Amino acid sequence: MEWLLSWWQYDFMRTALWALIMLVPLLAMLGTLVVNNGMAFFSDALGHSALTGVAIGVVLGVSEHRWIMIVFAVVFALLMNAIRHSRIASTDTVIGVFSAVGVALGLALLSRGGNFSNYQSLLIGDVLSITASELWVLGGVLIATTIVWLLLFNGFHAVSISPAMARSKGMAVKWLDNLFVVLVAVVVMLAIRWVGLLLINAMLILPAAASRNVARGMRGYHLLALVFGVFSAVLGLLLAYFNAVATGPMVILVLAALYFGTFLMREK
Amino acid sequence: MSACGLHCLKINHITVRRADTVLVQDVSLHAHCGEITAIIGRNGAGKSTLFKAILGEVPHKGEVIFTGHGGTPTKRKPRIGYVPQSLNVDEGSPATVLDVAVTFTTRYPAFLPVPRRLRREIEAHFARFAAAELLDKPIGRLSGGELQRALLAVATRPHPDMLMLDEPVSGVDRAGLQAFYELLEQLRRDDMVILLISHDLDYVRRHADRVVLLDREVLSSGSPEDVFACDAFRQAFAIGGDA
Repeated sequence: MEWLLSWWQYDFMRTALWALIMLVPLLAMLGTLVVNNGMAFFSDALGHSALTGVAIGVVLGVSEHRWIMIVFAVVFALLMNAIRHSRIASTDTVIGVFSAVGVALGLALLSRGGNFSNYQSLLIGDVLSITASELWVLGGVLIATTIVWLLLFNGFHAVSISPAMARSKGMAVKWLDNLFVVLVAVVVMLAIRWVGLLLINAMLILPAAASRNVARGMRGYHLLALVFGVFSAVLGLLLAYFNAVATGPMVILVLAALYFGTFLMREK
Repeated sequence: MSACGLHCLKINHITVRRADTVLVQDVSLHAHCGEITAIIGRNGAGKSTLFKAILGEVPHKGEVIFTGHGGTPTKRKPRIGYVPQSLNVDEGSPATVLDVAVTFTTRYPAFLPVPRRLRREIEAHFARFAAAELLDKPIGRLSGGELQRALLAVATRPHPDMLMLDEPVSGVDRAGLQAFYELLEQLRRDDMVILLISHDLDYVRRHADRVVLLDREVLSSGSPEDVFACDAFRQAFAIGGDA
Protein backbone atom coordinates (compact mmCIF):
# COMPACT_ATOMS: atom_id res chain seq x y z
CA MET A 1 0.00 0.00 0.00
CA GLU A 2 2.76 2.37 1.00
CA TRP A 3 4.48 1.54 -2.25
CA LEU A 4 1.31 2.37 -4.19
CA LEU A 5 1.11 5.81 -2.62
CA SER A 6 4.83 6.52 -2.77
CA TRP A 7 4.48 8.85 -5.77
CA TRP A 8 2.40 11.31 -3.77
CA GLN A 9 5.42 12.40 -1.71
CA TYR A 10 7.01 14.02 -4.78
CA ASP A 11 6.04 17.59 -5.50
CA PHE A 12 6.59 17.19 -9.22
CA MET A 13 4.23 14.19 -9.29
CA ARG A 14 1.47 16.09 -7.54
CA THR A 15 1.95 19.09 -9.83
CA ALA A 16 1.97 16.82 -12.86
CA LEU A 17 -1.23 15.16 -11.67
CA TRP A 18 -3.05 18.48 -11.42
CA ALA A 19 -1.61 19.58 -14.72
CA LEU A 20 -2.82 16.47 -16.51
CA ILE A 21 -6.24 16.58 -14.86
CA MET A 22 -6.67 20.04 -16.37
CA LEU A 23 -4.80 19.54 -19.62
CA VAL A 24 -6.31 16.33 -20.96
CA PRO A 25 -9.96 17.39 -20.42
CA LEU A 26 -9.15 20.83 -21.89
CA LEU A 27 -7.89 19.19 -25.06
CA ALA A 28 -10.76 16.68 -24.95
CA MET A 29 -13.31 19.49 -24.91
CA LEU A 30 -11.85 21.08 -28.04
CA GLY A 31 -11.38 17.63 -29.52
CA THR A 32 -15.14 16.97 -29.60
CA LEU A 33 -15.57 19.46 -32.40
CA VAL A 34 -12.22 18.76 -34.05
CA VAL A 35 -13.38 15.16 -34.44
CA ASN A 36 -16.91 16.12 -35.49
CA ASN A 37 -15.51 18.44 -38.14
CA GLY A 38 -13.15 15.78 -39.45
CA MET A 39 -10.20 18.05 -38.67
CA ALA A 40 -7.83 15.51 -37.13
CA PHE A 41 -5.33 16.00 -39.93
CA PHE A 42 -5.73 19.76 -39.69
CA SER A 43 -4.85 19.84 -35.99
CA ASP A 44 -1.97 17.45 -36.61
CA ALA A 45 -0.47 19.86 -39.14
CA LEU A 46 -1.08 22.66 -36.68
CA GLY A 47 0.96 20.85 -34.04
CA HIS A 48 3.80 20.40 -36.50
CA SER A 49 3.90 24.13 -37.12
CA ALA A 50 5.29 24.49 -33.58
CA LEU A 51 8.71 23.54 -34.95
CA THR A 52 8.73 26.49 -37.30
CA GLY A 53 7.30 28.73 -34.58
CA VAL A 54 10.18 27.91 -32.25
CA ALA A 55 12.67 28.23 -35.09
CA ILE A 56 11.44 31.71 -35.91
CA GLY A 57 11.80 32.59 -32.25
CA VAL A 58 15.39 31.34 -32.28
CA VAL A 59 16.23 33.20 -35.47
CA LEU A 60 14.76 36.42 -34.08
CA GLY A 61 16.65 35.85 -30.87
CA VAL A 62 13.54 35.90 -28.71
CA SER A 63 14.12 34.02 -25.49
CA GLU A 64 10.45 33.32 -24.79
CA HIS A 65 9.51 31.07 -27.68
CA ARG A 66 5.99 30.50 -26.54
CA TRP A 67 4.54 33.76 -27.83
CA ILE A 68 6.20 33.41 -31.20
CA MET A 69 4.88 29.85 -31.42
CA ILE A 70 1.36 31.01 -30.65
CA VAL A 71 1.43 33.89 -33.12
CA PHE A 72 2.89 31.69 -35.83
CA ALA A 73 0.39 28.88 -35.18
CA VAL A 74 -2.53 31.33 -35.31
CA VAL A 75 -1.37 32.69 -38.67
CA PHE A 76 -0.72 29.15 -39.90
CA ALA A 77 -4.18 28.00 -38.75
CA LEU A 78 -5.98 30.93 -40.39
CA LEU A 79 -4.10 30.35 -43.64
CA MET A 80 -4.86 26.63 -43.64
CA ASN A 81 -8.48 27.35 -42.84
CA ALA A 82 -8.80 29.80 -45.71
CA ILE A 83 -7.36 27.29 -48.14
CA ARG A 84 -9.46 24.51 -46.64
CA HIS A 85 -12.59 26.43 -47.64
CA SER A 86 -11.43 27.46 -51.06
CA ARG A 87 -11.75 25.20 -54.05
CA ILE A 88 -8.13 25.49 -55.02
CA ALA A 89 -7.16 21.92 -54.26
CA SER A 90 -8.30 18.91 -52.30
CA THR A 91 -8.20 19.70 -48.61
CA ASP A 92 -6.05 16.85 -47.37
CA THR A 93 -3.38 17.54 -49.98
CA VAL A 94 -3.18 21.19 -48.97
CA ILE A 95 -2.99 20.33 -45.29
CA GLY A 96 -0.34 17.73 -46.05
CA VAL A 97 1.71 20.39 -47.81
CA PHE A 98 1.30 22.81 -44.90
CA SER A 99 2.30 20.13 -42.45
CA ALA A 100 5.40 19.29 -44.48
CA VAL A 101 6.44 22.93 -44.70
CA GLY A 102 5.87 23.42 -40.97
CA VAL A 103 8.18 20.52 -40.15
CA ALA A 104 10.82 21.02 -42.83
CA LEU A 105 11.24 24.75 -42.30
CA GLY A 106 11.43 24.27 -38.55
CA LEU A 107 13.96 21.44 -38.80
CA ALA A 108 16.07 23.33 -41.30
CA LEU A 109 16.29 26.42 -39.15
CA LEU A 110 16.78 24.59 -35.87
CA SER A 111 19.43 22.23 -37.24
CA ARG A 112 21.66 25.06 -38.38
CA GLY A 113 25.08 24.40 -36.91
CA GLY A 114 24.01 20.89 -35.87
CA ASN A 115 22.17 22.03 -32.77
CA PHE A 116 18.88 20.26 -33.17
CA SER A 117 19.39 18.08 -30.11
CA ASN A 118 18.73 21.21 -27.99
CA TYR A 119 15.18 21.22 -29.23
CA GLN A 120 14.32 17.57 -28.92
CA SER A 121 12.11 18.23 -25.91
CA LEU A 122 9.78 19.98 -28.32
CA LEU A 123 9.07 16.67 -30.00
CA ILE A 124 8.39 14.67 -26.86
CA GLY A 125 7.53 17.23 -24.22
CA ASP A 126 7.66 16.57 -20.49
CA VAL A 127 4.67 16.98 -18.30
CA LEU A 128 6.78 16.37 -15.17
CA SER A 129 8.62 19.62 -15.90
CA ILE A 130 5.54 21.73 -15.31
CA THR A 131 6.00 24.32 -12.55
CA ALA A 132 3.49 25.56 -10.01
CA SER A 133 3.17 28.93 -11.75
CA GLU A 134 2.55 27.22 -15.07
CA LEU A 135 -0.21 25.32 -13.34
CA TRP A 136 -1.97 28.64 -12.79
CA VAL A 137 -1.55 29.57 -16.45
CA LEU A 138 -3.05 26.23 -17.40
CA GLY A 139 -5.95 26.75 -14.98
CA GLY A 140 -6.55 30.19 -16.49
CA VAL A 141 -6.58 28.79 -20.00
CA LEU A 142 -8.98 26.03 -18.93
CA ILE A 143 -11.39 28.57 -17.41
CA ALA A 144 -11.13 30.93 -20.39
CA THR A 145 -11.70 28.10 -22.87
CA THR A 146 -14.68 26.84 -20.88
CA ILE A 147 -16.22 30.31 -20.94
CA VAL A 148 -15.69 30.56 -24.70
CA TRP A 149 -17.22 27.10 -25.04
CA LEU A 150 -20.28 28.08 -23.01
CA LEU A 151 -20.81 31.23 -25.06
CA LEU A 152 -19.90 30.05 -28.52
CA PHE A 153 -20.31 26.29 -28.69
CA ASN A 154 -23.67 26.55 -30.46
CA GLY A 155 -22.11 28.79 -33.07
CA PHE A 156 -19.13 26.48 -33.61
CA HIS A 157 -21.43 23.48 -33.77
CA ALA A 158 -23.90 25.15 -36.12
CA VAL A 159 -21.13 26.15 -38.52
CA SER A 160 -19.85 22.60 -38.49
CA ILE A 161 -23.28 21.12 -39.26
CA SER A 162 -24.39 23.57 -41.95
CA PRO A 163 -22.73 26.93 -42.58
CA ALA A 164 -25.62 28.08 -44.78
CA MET A 165 -28.18 27.23 -42.12
CA ALA A 166 -26.06 28.96 -39.48
CA ARG A 167 -25.93 32.05 -41.66
CA SER A 168 -29.70 31.97 -42.15
CA LYS A 169 -30.00 32.18 -38.37
CA GLY A 170 -27.86 35.31 -38.39
CA MET A 171 -24.66 33.73 -37.07
CA ALA A 172 -21.30 35.23 -38.06
CA VAL A 173 -20.15 32.09 -39.84
CA LYS A 174 -16.69 33.16 -41.04
CA TRP A 175 -15.82 34.71 -37.73
CA LEU A 176 -16.91 31.66 -35.74
CA ASP A 177 -15.11 29.32 -38.09
CA ASN A 178 -11.84 31.22 -37.76
CA LEU A 179 -12.20 31.74 -34.04
CA PHE A 180 -12.48 28.00 -33.55
CA VAL A 181 -9.20 27.23 -35.32
CA VAL A 182 -7.50 30.10 -33.48
CA LEU A 183 -8.70 28.67 -30.18
CA VAL A 184 -7.36 25.24 -31.08
CA ALA A 185 -4.06 26.78 -32.23
CA VAL A 186 -3.55 28.70 -28.97
CA VAL A 187 -4.39 25.77 -26.71
CA VAL A 188 -2.28 23.32 -28.71
CA MET A 189 0.73 25.65 -28.61
CA LEU A 190 0.40 26.14 -24.85
CA ALA A 191 0.14 22.41 -24.28
CA ILE A 192 2.89 21.35 -26.65
CA ARG A 193 5.81 21.92 -24.30
CA TRP A 194 4.32 19.43 -21.86
CA VAL A 195 2.98 16.87 -24.32
CA GLY A 196 5.31 17.28 -27.28
CA LEU A 197 4.33 17.81 -30.86
CA LEU A 198 4.46 14.12 -31.73
CA LEU A 199 1.65 13.29 -29.32
CA ILE A 200 -0.34 16.49 -28.91
CA ASN A 201 -2.79 15.60 -31.65
CA ALA A 202 -3.48 12.20 -30.13
CA MET A 203 -4.39 13.86 -26.85
CA LEU A 204 -6.70 16.21 -28.71
CA ILE A 205 -8.43 13.56 -30.80
CA LEU A 206 -8.53 10.36 -28.77
CA PRO A 207 -10.86 11.27 -25.87
CA ALA A 208 -13.50 12.53 -28.29
CA ALA A 209 -12.95 9.69 -30.73
CA ALA A 210 -13.41 7.12 -27.94
CA SER A 211 -16.47 8.94 -26.64
CA ARG A 212 -17.99 9.14 -30.10
CA ASN A 213 -17.91 5.36 -30.34
CA VAL A 214 -20.49 4.98 -27.61
CA ALA A 215 -22.04 8.36 -26.75
CA ARG A 216 -25.39 9.50 -27.98
CA GLY A 217 -26.21 13.18 -27.77
CA MET A 218 -23.91 16.15 -27.29
CA ARG A 219 -24.12 15.92 -23.51
CA GLY A 220 -23.02 12.30 -23.40
CA TYR A 221 -20.36 13.01 -25.99
CA HIS A 222 -18.81 15.81 -23.94
CA LEU A 223 -19.22 14.12 -20.59
CA LEU A 224 -17.61 10.85 -21.69
CA ALA A 225 -14.76 12.66 -23.46
CA LEU A 226 -14.03 14.55 -20.21
CA VAL A 227 -14.32 11.41 -18.09
CA PHE A 228 -11.99 9.54 -20.44
CA GLY A 229 -9.64 12.52 -20.31
CA VAL A 230 -9.43 12.60 -16.50
CA PHE A 231 -9.25 8.80 -16.24
CA SER A 232 -6.40 8.53 -18.73
CA ALA A 233 -4.57 11.44 -17.08
CA VAL A 234 -4.55 9.76 -13.67
CA LEU A 235 -3.97 6.20 -14.84
CA GLY A 236 -1.39 7.26 -17.42
CA LEU A 237 0.64 9.21 -14.87
CA LEU A 238 0.66 6.32 -12.38
CA LEU A 239 1.52 3.72 -15.00
CA ALA A 240 4.35 5.94 -16.19
CA TYR A 241 5.66 6.36 -12.63
CA PHE A 242 5.61 2.68 -11.74
CA ASN A 243 7.07 1.57 -15.05
CA ALA A 244 9.59 4.40 -15.29
CA VAL A 245 8.47 5.51 -18.75
CA ALA A 246 7.52 8.94 -20.10
CA THR A 247 4.11 10.19 -18.98
CA GLY A 248 2.70 11.62 -22.23
CA PRO A 249 2.95 8.37 -24.18
CA MET A 250 1.42 6.43 -21.28
CA VAL A 251 -1.62 8.75 -21.18
CA ILE A 252 -2.02 8.27 -24.93
CA LEU A 253 -1.78 4.49 -24.60
CA VAL A 254 -4.55 4.49 -21.99
CA LEU A 255 -6.66 6.66 -24.30
CA ALA A 256 -5.95 4.35 -27.22
CA ALA A 257 -7.06 1.37 -25.11
CA LEU A 258 -10.27 3.26 -24.30
CA TYR A 259 -10.73 3.94 -27.99
CA PHE A 260 -10.39 0.30 -29.00
CA GLY A 261 -12.55 -0.83 -26.06
CA THR A 262 -15.37 1.55 -27.00
CA PHE A 263 -14.93 0.67 -30.66
CA LEU A 264 -15.93 -2.90 -29.86
CA MET A 265 -18.89 -1.68 -27.79
CA ARG A 266 -20.32 0.69 -30.36
CA GLU A 267 -23.76 0.21 -31.87
CA LYS A 268 -23.62 -1.18 -35.33
CA MET B 1 -56.31 33.30 -45.36
CA SER B 2 -54.57 35.10 -42.56
CA ALA B 3 -51.46 35.80 -44.61
CA CYS B 4 -51.01 39.44 -45.37
CA GLY B 5 -49.98 39.01 -49.00
CA LEU B 6 -48.31 42.36 -48.74
CA HIS B 7 -44.75 41.84 -47.82
CA CYS B 8 -42.53 40.26 -50.33
CA LEU B 9 -39.04 39.32 -51.30
CA LYS B 10 -37.60 41.18 -54.26
CA ILE B 11 -34.53 39.79 -55.92
CA ASN B 12 -33.13 42.21 -58.45
CA HIS B 13 -30.56 41.29 -61.09
CA ILE B 14 -28.66 38.67 -59.14
CA THR B 15 -25.58 37.41 -60.92
CA VAL B 16 -23.15 34.88 -59.48
CA ARG B 17 -19.83 34.07 -61.09
CA ARG B 18 -17.20 31.56 -60.11
CA ALA B 19 -13.92 32.17 -61.87
CA ASP B 20 -14.92 32.56 -65.53
CA THR B 21 -18.23 30.72 -65.31
CA VAL B 22 -21.53 32.46 -64.85
CA LEU B 23 -23.60 30.31 -62.50
CA VAL B 24 -26.58 32.62 -62.17
CA GLN B 25 -27.23 35.30 -64.76
CA ASP B 26 -29.25 38.41 -63.98
CA VAL B 27 -32.06 36.73 -62.07
CA SER B 28 -34.91 38.88 -60.82
CA LEU B 29 -37.93 37.54 -59.06
CA HIS B 30 -40.58 38.58 -56.59
CA ALA B 31 -41.96 36.17 -54.07
CA HIS B 32 -44.97 37.08 -52.01
CA CYS B 33 -45.97 36.35 -48.50
CA GLY B 34 -48.60 33.62 -48.21
CA GLU B 35 -47.54 32.07 -51.49
CA ILE B 36 -45.34 29.16 -52.39
CA THR B 37 -42.85 30.11 -55.09
CA ALA B 38 -41.20 27.07 -56.60
CA ILE B 39 -37.91 27.22 -58.44
CA ILE B 40 -37.45 24.42 -60.91
CA GLY B 41 -34.82 23.54 -63.48
CA ARG B 42 -32.45 20.84 -64.57
CA ASN B 43 -29.53 19.73 -62.41
CA GLY B 44 -26.82 22.36 -62.36
CA ALA B 45 -29.23 25.12 -63.38
CA GLY B 46 -28.00 27.29 -60.51
CA LYS B 47 -30.98 26.83 -58.19
CA SER B 48 -28.98 26.12 -55.04
CA THR B 49 -26.44 28.79 -56.00
CA LEU B 50 -29.25 31.34 -56.24
CA PHE B 51 -30.32 30.33 -52.75
CA LYS B 52 -26.80 30.76 -51.46
CA ALA B 53 -26.66 34.22 -53.02
CA ILE B 54 -29.91 35.18 -51.28
CA LEU B 55 -28.46 33.92 -48.00
CA GLY B 56 -25.22 35.81 -48.60
CA GLU B 57 -23.17 32.60 -48.70
CA VAL B 58 -21.64 33.31 -52.12
CA PRO B 59 -20.46 36.65 -53.52
CA HIS B 60 -22.93 38.06 -56.02
CA LYS B 61 -24.03 41.15 -57.85
CA GLY B 62 -27.53 42.51 -57.53
CA GLU B 63 -29.74 43.08 -54.53
CA VAL B 64 -32.06 41.19 -52.26
CA ILE B 65 -34.75 43.38 -50.74
CA PHE B 66 -37.32 42.37 -48.26
CA THR B 67 -40.28 44.71 -48.20
CA GLY B 68 -42.56 45.10 -45.21
CA HIS B 69 -46.30 45.34 -44.94
CA GLY B 70 -46.47 48.78 -46.53
CA GLY B 71 -44.33 47.76 -49.48
CA THR B 72 -41.31 49.69 -48.21
CA PRO B 73 -38.04 47.93 -47.50
CA THR B 74 -37.89 46.63 -43.93
CA LYS B 75 -35.39 48.17 -41.58
CA ARG B 76 -34.73 45.07 -39.56
CA LYS B 77 -33.08 42.10 -41.18
CA PRO B 78 -35.67 39.59 -42.28
CA ARG B 79 -35.71 36.37 -40.34
CA ILE B 80 -34.87 33.54 -42.67
CA GLY B 81 -35.61 29.89 -42.17
CA TYR B 82 -33.46 27.78 -44.44
CA VAL B 83 -33.67 24.05 -44.98
CA PRO B 84 -30.58 22.73 -46.79
CA GLN B 85 -30.56 19.58 -48.90
CA SER B 86 -28.32 17.85 -46.43
CA LEU B 87 -26.10 18.43 -43.41
CA ASN B 88 -22.38 17.85 -42.83
CA VAL B 89 -22.97 15.00 -40.41
CA ASP B 90 -22.03 11.39 -40.76
CA GLU B 91 -23.90 8.39 -39.42
CA GLY B 92 -21.62 8.17 -36.41
CA SER B 93 -22.27 11.71 -35.28
CA PRO B 94 -23.49 11.78 -31.68
CA ALA B 95 -25.65 14.88 -32.26
CA THR B 96 -29.35 14.18 -31.79
CA VAL B 97 -32.19 16.13 -33.36
CA LEU B 98 -32.69 17.85 -30.00
CA ASP B 99 -29.02 18.91 -29.99
CA VAL B 100 -29.40 20.38 -33.45
CA ALA B 101 -32.57 22.22 -32.43
CA VAL B 102 -30.89 23.64 -29.31
CA THR B 103 -27.78 24.56 -31.32
CA PHE B 104 -29.62 26.50 -34.01
CA THR B 105 -32.54 27.96 -32.13
CA THR B 106 -31.35 28.83 -28.62
CA ARG B 107 -28.43 30.41 -26.81
CA TYR B 108 -28.38 27.55 -24.32
CA PRO B 109 -25.10 25.59 -24.74
CA ALA B 110 -26.06 22.39 -26.52
CA PHE B 111 -23.49 20.31 -24.62
CA LEU B 112 -25.17 20.87 -21.25
CA PRO B 113 -28.26 18.98 -20.02
CA VAL B 114 -31.33 20.57 -21.60
CA PRO B 115 -33.67 22.07 -18.97
CA ARG B 116 -37.06 20.39 -18.92
CA ARG B 117 -38.92 23.57 -19.85
CA LEU B 118 -36.80 24.20 -22.92
CA ARG B 119 -37.22 20.60 -24.00
CA ARG B 120 -41.01 20.87 -23.65
CA GLU B 121 -41.03 24.05 -25.72
CA ILE B 122 -39.02 22.42 -28.46
CA GLU B 123 -41.16 19.29 -28.27
CA ALA B 124 -44.34 21.30 -28.70
CA HIS B 125 -42.91 23.07 -31.73
CA PHE B 126 -41.64 19.85 -33.29
CA ALA B 127 -45.04 18.21 -32.73
CA ARG B 128 -46.47 20.59 -35.35
CA PHE B 129 -44.17 18.96 -37.85
CA ALA B 130 -44.81 15.41 -36.69
CA ALA B 131 -41.19 15.41 -35.56
CA ALA B 132 -41.42 15.36 -31.75
CA GLU B 133 -40.64 11.64 -31.65
CA LEU B 134 -37.43 12.27 -33.59
CA LEU B 135 -35.85 14.49 -30.94
CA ASP B 136 -33.74 11.79 -29.30
CA LYS B 137 -32.59 10.17 -32.53
CA PRO B 138 -29.10 10.84 -33.91
CA ILE B 139 -29.49 13.34 -36.73
CA GLY B 140 -27.16 11.35 -38.98
CA ARG B 141 -29.48 8.35 -38.93
CA LEU B 142 -32.76 9.94 -39.98
CA SER B 143 -34.44 9.01 -43.23
CA GLY B 144 -34.70 11.70 -45.90
CA GLY B 145 -38.28 12.53 -44.97
CA GLU B 146 -37.56 12.61 -41.25
CA LEU B 147 -34.58 14.89 -41.75
CA GLN B 148 -36.67 17.24 -43.87
CA ARG B 149 -39.37 17.50 -41.20
CA ALA B 150 -36.83 18.00 -38.42
CA LEU B 151 -35.00 20.72 -40.36
CA LEU B 152 -38.29 22.40 -41.25
CA ALA B 153 -39.05 22.55 -37.53
CA VAL B 154 -35.61 24.04 -36.81
CA ALA B 155 -36.01 26.56 -39.64
CA THR B 156 -39.36 27.80 -38.34
CA ARG B 157 -38.23 28.47 -34.77
CA PRO B 158 -38.49 31.42 -34.33
CA HIS B 159 -41.19 32.16 -36.90
CA PRO B 160 -39.38 33.36 -40.04
CA ASP B 161 -40.42 36.05 -42.51
CA MET B 162 -39.18 33.88 -45.30
CA LEU B 163 -38.73 30.16 -45.59
CA MET B 164 -36.22 28.80 -48.10
CA LEU B 165 -36.37 25.10 -48.81
CA ASP B 166 -33.80 23.28 -50.87
CA GLU B 167 -35.51 19.97 -51.43
CA PRO B 168 -33.22 16.96 -51.66
CA VAL B 169 -33.05 15.40 -55.11
CA SER B 170 -33.62 11.93 -53.75
CA GLY B 171 -34.05 10.01 -50.55
CA VAL B 172 -37.55 11.18 -49.66
CA ASP B 173 -40.32 8.68 -50.35
CA ARG B 174 -43.80 9.53 -51.64
CA ALA B 175 -45.38 9.46 -48.19
CA GLY B 176 -42.65 11.77 -46.94
CA LEU B 177 -43.17 14.19 -49.82
CA GLN B 178 -46.92 14.20 -49.26
CA ALA B 179 -46.45 15.01 -45.57
CA PHE B 180 -43.91 17.71 -46.42
CA TYR B 181 -46.20 19.51 -48.87
CA GLU B 182 -49.09 19.33 -46.42
CA LEU B 183 -46.87 21.08 -43.87
CA LEU B 184 -46.00 23.72 -46.45
CA GLU B 185 -49.69 24.30 -47.08
CA GLN B 186 -50.14 24.96 -43.37
CA LEU B 187 -47.09 27.20 -43.16
CA ARG B 188 -48.09 29.39 -46.06
CA ARG B 189 -51.08 30.53 -44.01
CA ASP B 190 -48.65 31.72 -41.33
CA ASP B 191 -47.65 34.96 -42.98
CA MET B 192 -44.39 34.02 -44.60
CA VAL B 193 -42.72 34.03 -47.99
CA ILE B 194 -42.00 30.46 -49.06
CA LEU B 195 -39.30 29.83 -51.63
CA LEU B 196 -38.87 26.24 -52.66
CA ILE B 197 -36.41 24.43 -54.87
CA SER B 198 -38.26 21.37 -55.99
CA HIS B 199 -37.58 18.38 -58.18
CA ASP B 200 -41.06 16.99 -58.08
CA LEU B 201 -43.11 18.64 -60.81
CA ASP B 202 -46.29 16.86 -59.76
CA TYR B 203 -46.23 18.48 -56.36
CA VAL B 204 -45.17 21.81 -57.78
CA ARG B 205 -48.18 21.77 -60.10
CA ARG B 206 -50.51 21.02 -57.24
CA HIS B 207 -49.11 23.25 -54.51
CA ALA B 208 -47.05 26.12 -55.88
CA ASP B 209 -48.61 29.52 -56.57
CA ARG B 210 -45.77 30.68 -58.77
CA VAL B 211 -43.13 28.79 -60.61
CA VAL B 212 -39.78 30.04 -61.80
CA LEU B 213 -38.01 27.97 -64.43
CA LEU B 214 -34.30 28.56 -64.07
CA ASP B 215 -31.38 27.66 -66.27
CA ARG B 216 -28.76 30.11 -65.08
CA GLU B 217 -31.25 32.77 -66.10
CA VAL B 218 -34.99 32.88 -65.68
CA LEU B 219 -36.47 31.08 -68.68
CA SER B 220 -40.05 31.46 -67.62
CA SER B 221 -42.05 32.45 -64.58
CA GLY B 222 -45.69 32.71 -63.64
CA SER B 223 -48.45 30.35 -62.64
CA PRO B 224 -47.68 26.60 -62.79
CA GLU B 225 -50.04 26.24 -65.76
CA ASP B 226 -48.29 28.97 -67.75
CA VAL B 227 -44.78 27.80 -67.01
CA PHE B 228 -45.57 24.12 -67.58
CA ALA B 229 -47.05 25.01 -70.97
CA CYS B 230 -44.09 26.99 -72.28
CA ASP B 231 -41.51 25.68 -74.76
CA ALA B 232 -38.57 26.21 -72.43
CA PHE B 233 -40.22 23.93 -69.90
CA ARG B 234 -40.70 21.17 -72.46
CA GLN B 235 -37.11 21.50 -73.55
CA ALA B 236 -35.80 21.44 -70.01
CA PHE B 237 -37.74 18.41 -68.88
CA ALA B 238 -38.92 16.49 -71.92
CA ILE B 239 -35.62 14.86 -72.81
CA GLY B 240 -33.27 13.73 -70.10
CA GLY B 241 -34.65 16.12 -67.51
CA ASP B 242 -34.09 15.36 -63.84
CA ALA B 243 -37.72 15.30 -62.78
